[in-house]
Amino acid sequence: MVRQSPRYIDPAKCTSCGECARVCPVSLPNEYDEGLSTRRAAYKLYAQAIPGAFAIEKADPAPCRSACPAGLNVQGYVQMVKEGKYREALAIILEDLPLPGVLGRICPHGCENACRRAEKDEAVAIRDLKRLAADRADPREIPVPCDPPRPERVAIVGSGPAGLSCAYHLARRGIRSVIFEALAEPGGMLRTGIPPHRLPRAVLEREIEVVTRLGVTIRTGAALGRDFGLEDLFAQGFRAVYLALGAHRGIELGIPGERGRGVRQGVEFLREVNLTGRAAVGRRVVIVGGGNVAIDVARSALRLAAERVTILYRRTRAEMPAWEEEIRAAEEEGAEIVYLAAPQEILLEEGRVCGVRCIRMRLTEPDSSGRRRPVPLPGSEFEIECDQLIAAIGQRPDLAALERVPGLSVSRWGTLEADPVTYATGIPGVFAGGDLVTGPWVAIGAVAAGKEAALSIVRFLDGADLARGREPVAPGEVRHRPIPPGEPRRARARMRELSPAARRGNFQEVELGFTEEQGRAEAARCLNCGYCCECRQCVAACLAQAVRHEERPQERRLSVGAVILAPGSRPFDPGPFADVLLYGRSPNVLTSLEFERILSASGPTQGRLLRPYDGREPKRIAWLQCVGSRDINRSGNGYCSSVCCMYAIKDAMIAKEHAHGELDCAVFYMDLRCFGKDYEKYLNRARDQAGVRFIPARVHSIEEVGPERALRLRWVTEEGRTAEETFDLVVLSVGLQVEAAAAELARRTGIETDRYRFAVAPPFAPVSTSRPGVFACGVFRGPKDIPSSVAEASAAAGLAGALLAPARFRLVSAAAPPPESDLAEGPPRIGVFVCHCGVNIAGVVDVEAVAAFASGLPGVVFTGRSLFTCSQDAQEQMKQAIAEHRLNRIVVAACSPKTHEPIFQESLVAVGLNKYLLEMANIRNQDSWVHAPSPARATAKAKELVAMAVARARTLRPLREKRISVHPRALVVGGGVAGLNAALTIAEQGYEVVVVEKEERLGGMARRLHTTIEGWEVQPYLAELVSRVQSHPRIQVLTRALVVGFGGFKGNFTTELLVGPGLYERRIDHGVLVLATGAVEIRPEEPLYGRHPRLMTQLELGDRLHGGSVDSWGCVVMIQCVGSRNEKNPNCSRVCCQGAIKHAIALKRRDPECRVWILYRDIRTYGLLEEAYREARSLGVLFTRFEPERPPRIEERGERLAVRFADPVLGREVEAEADAVVLSAGMTPSDTEELASIVKFGRTPEGHLQEAHVKLRPVELATEGLFLCGTAHSPQLLTEAIAQGQAAASRAVTFLAQRELTLSAVTARVDAERCAACLVCVRACPYRVPRINAEGVSEIDEALCHGCGICAAECPAKAIELNWYEDEQLLAKVDALMDALG
Amino acid sequence: MRLGYPESIKIIRVPCTGKVDALHLMRCFERGADGVIVVGCREGDCHYQSGNFRARKRVAEVAGLLERLGIGGERLRMVNLSSSDAPLFVKAAREIHEAVLAAGPNPVGRPRRPPAVPTASETPGKEVIRP
Repeated sequence: MVRQSPRYIDPAKCTSCGECARVCPVSLPNEYDEGLSTRRAAYKLYAQAIPGAFAIEKADPAPCRSACPAGLNVQGYVQMVKEGKYREALAIILEDLPLPGVLGRICPHGCENACRRAEKDEAVAIRDLKRLAADRADPREIPVPCDPPRPERVAIVGSGPAGLSCAYHLARRGIRSVIFEALAEPGGMLRTGIPPHRLPRAVLEREIEVVTRLGVTIRTGAALGRDFGLEDLFAQGFRAVYLALGAHRGIELGIPGERGRGVRQGVEFLREVNLTGRAAVGRRVVIVGGGNVAIDVARSALRLAAERVTILYRRTRAEMPAWEEEIRAAEEEGAEIVYLAAPQEILLEEGRVCGVRCIRMRLTEPDSSGRRRPVPLPGSEFEIECDQLIAAIGQRPDLAALERVPGLSVSRWGTLEADPVTYATGIPGVFAGGDLVTGPWVAIGAVAAGKEAALSIVRFLDGADLARGREPVAPGEVRHRPIPPGEPRRARARMRELSPAARRGNFQEVELGFTEEQGRAEAARCLNCGYCCECRQCVAACLAQAVRHEERPQERRLSVGAVILAPGSRPFDPGPFADVLLYGRSPNVLTSLEFERILSASGPTQGRLLRPYDGREPKRIAWLQCVGSRDINRSGNGYCSSVCCMYAIKDAMIAKEHAHGELDCAVFYMDLRCFGKDYEKYLNRARDQAGVRFIPARVHSIEEVGPERALRLRWVTEEGRTAEETFDLVVLSVGLQVEAAAAELARRTGIETDRYRFAVAPPFAPVSTSRPGVFACGVFRGPKDIPSSVAEASAAAGLAGALLAPARFRLVSAAAPPPESDLAEGPPRIGVFVCHCGVNIAGVVDVEAVAAFASGLPGVVFTGRSLFTCSQDAQEQMKQAIAEHRLNRIVVAACSPKTHEPIFQESLVAVGLNKYLLEMANIRNQDSWVHAPSPARATAKAKELVAMAVARARTLRPLREKRISVHPRALVVGGGVAGLNAALTIAEQGYEVVVVEKEERLGGMARRLHTTIEGWEVQPYLAELVSRVQSHPRIQVLTRALVVGFGGFKGNFTTELLVGPGLYERRIDHGVLVLATGAVEIRPEEPLYGRHPRLMTQLELGDRLHGGSVDSWGCVVMIQCVGSRNEKNPNCSRVCCQGAIKHAIALKRRDPECRVWILYRDIRTYGLLEEAYREARSLGVLFTRFEPERPPRIEERGERLAVRFADPVLGREVEAEADAVVLSAGMTPSDTEELASIVKFGRTPEGHLQEAHVKLRPVELATEGLFLCGTAHSPQLLTEAIAQGQAAASRAVTFLAQRELTLSAVTARVDAERCAACLVCVRACPYRVPRINAEGVSEIDEALCHGCGICAAECPAKAIELNWYEDEQLLAKVDALMDALG
Repeated sequence: MRLGYPESIKIIRVPCTGKVDALHLMRCFERGADGVIVVGCREGDCHYQSGNFRARKRVAEVAGLLERLGIGGERLRMVNLSSSDAPLFVKAAREIHEAVLAAGPNPVGRPRRPPAVPTASETPGKEVIRP
């Protein structure tokens, strides 16, 4: 089962234009630049990403959105406010809510309570930002998309937020409604309950208009029960009714005196004030209650000139349900609040209130629900004098009109009952919502209820199931964007307010709103919890209509024959060790990956060497090696990460290249591990030519010094002295580690991993896992560099291919294009297709003018334009145009041929036109994208580019691509472990193999090995491998065979051999050649070697250990780098360090008393071999470093030997008497000089075969059809040679599996008439293709030609032309350009 | 990366700088081009192994010839970069643009040349369609 996360952009439609990213408001750290730059939520990770399509990053909806009862896309409108796009912000709000300015003032903002910004400092002022949007743009002017009108009409009773919302959402679905309002003015509680100082009437009226503009009618003064009944509505033809009467009746206090004059309900008081602008207030007013109504009453009474206003509340301020800012405002305006006090009796004088008797309260300890109940304190009674008492302890619906209607029922809380999901009542077609159903609640809740009811009503009218798909979903695990660790604290913005003095005697709005600047800065505090904010700006910007926000993750069941795991690794995070390494504390301590991005041309500084801290160029840089590697204490990563030494050297070299002036680069290391092919030479160049300093020390302290925050490093030298130096920048060479997610993948696939989460391989099966059919490759198998990873990937593919061989080609279907027409023969009839590329080209270049210009060019008979020429429909139009206008040359003025030429060529071929009759003018990448600031000049350049393209198109001729068959047989030269594995892997995939071995027996170097460092027995493995090869029906083995001739071309080679003692001649026809010629142990130049029985190589020691003839040895000295890392052979032989350690451990295990000394230059136990190094040290093996200038000297001491060497720690020369001295002699490639001259392949100066590309094509030779593997490539371990053998086989099979090869027609051809056989081409060709034929002229085999054109340029007689790049064709462009420039 | 560079730069595609002939370079100047820049792979990274080295040699020869002809060798340059190194391309483009501005127009001028292509009379009615 595979779960595919959506990318929200259709890769098939995306043209990679980047418009979505341009308009995306969400800015996120760019992980590709290690967070050193930013990207958008709509993004392409890096320029060269494949597929080139953009993607959108999303998490679960932001908590603010989930917290909103109406589900407003809060993050979306906040981002729009940030961008200053207020109309767009309103459009997002209007998706759910028609009253942005109203809710932007009075909403209790549950969203802000959910805001994760509060974890950092304070919640974002979301409500105020909504208001800002409504202040800055008129919501009435925002177009609201509505469905076409429908005939049904719906009656809505009540014009409060629920009724308005229902009417609005019905109107959007094309359904007209009439709202019946009992009072003289619409708005419900919004109008009657909220005084204008909180919600100005103009705002409310403007937003009611948002609803009425959609065709909603409001009939005021029409009350249900008084003016009409429910049945009347149906009789009038309304098909459904929505009851949204609200909760407008105050709750009585239930104490004596409540009937007295001067006692009234808060809601009634507010209704009177809000509808008439005035109401009678007393001199001294007491208000009972602690909610917003109580506060509104208090603040209104003060505005109406009450002298003293007292609020009685029975709990404390902490429990008060009114909003804190409201309470504060009331206090500012002069209200007095008496807490922990409850009224007991209203005191009357002649039937009129004259005071209130109260009692003090106390709060109980929290009960089981956590609530503290107030209880009276006996004897604490007191009186407050007053002439008006207003009760504001709650409201409930007035059910007078509904109580006795059959089908409707009332809950025990005095509310109308309705279905909690659909809001249906007991009467079909009658729905209810808002405070009528919930009791008094927030306005946004009523809005939400109205929206849901509208959906129910639509379904009711459609006769659809009301409830389906609307069940509340249980909240699961939610995933949000983590709060960035470095996010700075920023205070929440506050609105300006009217001064308390200015509020007296009027109802002017108190809160004055954000300024634009304030608001945009406040919106920028949003953390974008959902990544993408779903503002849908990208949807509007994407002219290719590729954005698909509605995509959901997909689970798919795949039926497969093999699985390859290549999850890779992540660099070690040094963050947890900030106290030592200062990473994250000092801006001038970077990880190596961050530093690489700084060096990269496509990185945050565009390749300029600048410190992120101050943007200045550093003059001194230090690298600290082994951060998160070779470290069992801090990171727990006991292995060597294998790649850090080389990348540190590379980065130091590049930094020096990029630097202006002197740059000091110092690498602090434990061992320099440059063990790969030619790596040592690179190290030598860095040290000897570029002047990179290498310091063998572990830095123990780093501290910041000076105002520029330079870093002082301290360390102890090998001699034991303390040293210190200061650097501008410190780069941590972080190691590789397998991510937890990869370990989880391993667990799910059921494969075994080790304690570092690396996949465990069975013996001698490097890319296999503990589960048959599941393969693993790359760093997931252990740290390694790119060439090894690529080789392993090929090996895994090869083994998987063997399992799948029977199914090969089963799912392949070949398209058969129509035969080519003869149109091309006539005079040029050119069609020019100018692409707009959405706005990418047309936004800058006047494409219409370019097309008009093109139509005037000679040979042009047709000109077309399209929005995206590469789109499916535009391609169909192009094919039609070709047929209709008999076009025979096509010019596409669009983008890069690198990406799009094949697409257009395919269209040509589909209508029978030769694909070489296409020419592209790149008016996007080379014009509109890079000259955007000057459209006129960009247009002029586009015309010139089109003129050039048309000129070349006139000269184009159809070219034939030759098809050749492939001989389905491989020839493998070399019968060692690499060659045999290659042979077996090819044969297992169904192809014949001939193995050629010059010796009498198969096995090569492996015949001399006994055990591996893991303890695996080599000989049984080898015996089985040889027998599998020899008994394989598709493998033929020729021993004592010599290659004496080689010819042919890819897919069709012939090799001549002399075989056996009789030197029989054999000719083998084959499609591919695999070279696995192997290596031999270097013979030491040490004069005593071969003359003293106790002086031996590691291979010889291995024989003795195996034979048991080492029993009495008391001291063994091993000397590393014999024959390696010197002037004659600058390479490291890679295997000798582990070889010595393997044998040292064996000696120690045999006799713990035996002293084993390893004299080394650097211990290169890369990857997991480091574990063996650690084991050897713990067993007491002595390791002493020597300098190449002072190598150890061996002297004869009778039967024994003595070794004299300089001990750097003691600082003097030491002599060790030894029973045996073992030379770790390196590896040198077998002699292939003659073979190279026969087969013609490149070799390094040291005789290793030269691969086609060091990193990306490690097992291929430059000549197509030729492959290499094993120690012929470079020194390697047995398991590495096995992997390379399998890799070469895999690459060879991809070649053999093509039954036919189509050769490019872009090849050179010789005009025999003009050829003077001067041999210039023969010498110039990098592939040695041209030869002088029997006629005495040069001949170029098109099957061998690579199409570079070097010969054509060099030919003094101009007898050679390169197809498709003929001189005439190139010069046509030059001439056309110069003509156009005139 | 969409970095801007002077509009005066127009690119002619070749498979390898090794294909760029001295004759091609000379034709540019003969027809009045003020400057030419040959852009190849980084040295040692030639896709065809040695093409850029041959180009370097030819460019040097042609530049010498331009100098002797009084056209000016600084009008012809070669730059080596990797395809991902946009900033370096832009730098090179700006530099040749500046160099050409400093050197003034190509003294050859812009000689016109009759087009050697089929005449318009051979190509019947033209048509323009809109998207």
